[in-house]
Amino acid sequence: MKLYLKIWRQKDASTPGKIVDYTLDGVEGDMSFLEMLDILNEELVSKGEEPVEFDHDCREGICGTCSLQINGEPHGPDRLVTTCQLHMRKFNDGDTIVIEPFRATAFPVIKDLIVDRSAFDRIQQAGGYISVNTSGNTIDANAIPINKHAADEAMDAATCIGCGACVAACKNASAMLFTSAKVSQFALLPQGQVEATERVQNMVRQMDLEGFGNCTNTGACEVECPKGISLTNIARMNREYLSATLKG
Amino acid sequence: MSLIKSSLARKYVMALSGLFLVTFLILHVTINLASVFSPDFFNEASHFMGYNPIVQFLMQPILIAGVIVHFVMGFVLEIQNRKARNVGYVKYNGSANAPWVSRNMIYSGLVILAFLALHFYDFWIHEMAYKYVEANPEDPTRYYHETVEKFAPFWRTILYVVSFVLLSLHLWHGFASSFQSMGANNKYTVGFTKFAKIFAVVVPLAFAFIALYHHLNPITH
Repeated sequence: MKLYLKIWRQKDASTPGKIVDYTLDGVEGDMSFLEMLDILNEELVSKGEEPVEFDHDCREGICGTCSLQINGEPHGPDRLVTTCQLHMRKFNDGDTIVIEPFRATAFPVIKDLIVDRSAFDRIQQAGGYISVNTSGNTIDANAIPINKHAADEAMDAATCIGCGACVAACKNASAMLFTSAKVSQFALLPQGQVEATERVQNMVRQMDLEGFGNCTNTGACEVECPKGISLTNIARMNREYLSATLKG
Repeated sequence: MSLIKSSLARKYVMALSGLFLVTFLILHVTINLASVFSPDFFNEASHFMGYNPIVQFLMQPILIAGVIVHFVMGFVLEIQNRKARNVGYVKYNGSANAPWVSRNMIYSGLVILAFLALHFYDFWIHEMAYKYVEANPEDPTRYYHETVEKFAPFWRTILYVVSFVLLSLHLWHGFASSFQSMGANNKYTVGFTKFAKIFAVVVPLAFAFIALYHHLNPITH
């Protein structure tokens, strides 16, 4: 199929970017979206032009590296998939596809379609861990009984790959879904209780410092999340934060 | 102090002030419905609300403060949210993942705020002037006539009805959303949400019915 691509090109963080039009022929339905961009880049390189920079790594939907706002939606029109798992069969011959970086003040553009998502790393570093003695006194995690429902919910929250689609989709560029998933995966387990109070306060403080917007419960994040992280995590974080702050 | 500064605290403030205003709507619509079904009871209730010192000097200032907190916080959040995306998308398909009402609370809120200005001008300022500036004597029978006469002009009735439609849209997202903001997400949430949606339709519909009823049934002298 033949596609008309409108791609955001930006030299670096300090140079203003713009949309550049490309026409790409010979795209097949079985290609992934990133493979389609690979072909475009091969064409650009063969013509002596600079290829389009985009983030990618595992290409199997588990690393959270690929991003891209495709036709106004993070990871494109398909549900529960990352950009690397999006297939070109979702598009039709002659379609125009607008490809932009994830947009948020806290995710500055580095080049073309690549954004700096280290704000998520800093939120994680603020409290997204448990302190465990690993110097020979480690207790087998399976020695602590955990009910199945809590274990499942914690696992569901832990499937967040930190891609940033929630921020990209939210009209307020809020990082509540990401932060709440990282809070929830520990809040639901006994191992997470020791640092529960400081964790939620520190992670929310860091989230605010990074300049993300406020959650207005539109639910766009949940719809666009490639891992199906639920809004119930946000409610849980709201509860955890309220109780942590009231405890002091 | 950390609670005041945080984004989550701002959510709590929006949710709690919104829930407080919802409880006021229940009282307001109940008394207003009396103007259709029992003008005498409407006069009695209005007179009580207008002259009871607890209502006038405690509940009324709290209500006004609730309204101010809700809309000021709404503006603060909107400004912060716009700053959180300094470069906008060339193409943003908001309708693909979130309902229109949830994405446009600021606009439905602005219409309601404009309506409140008209509503205060129509009733509250008139009432304050009657009681405290002109110092007129108490007249427990005046409220029904004054209310019905307000809805004689077609333009005012239409403005009220349109505002109630926007109120319905605002409540449709806001009421149910307040439970989520306060962290309520359990086996009762589905029921709460259904109740909130029904409330968001029924209460504004009742307000609109009252306005239209008085417009179509003027008092003949």
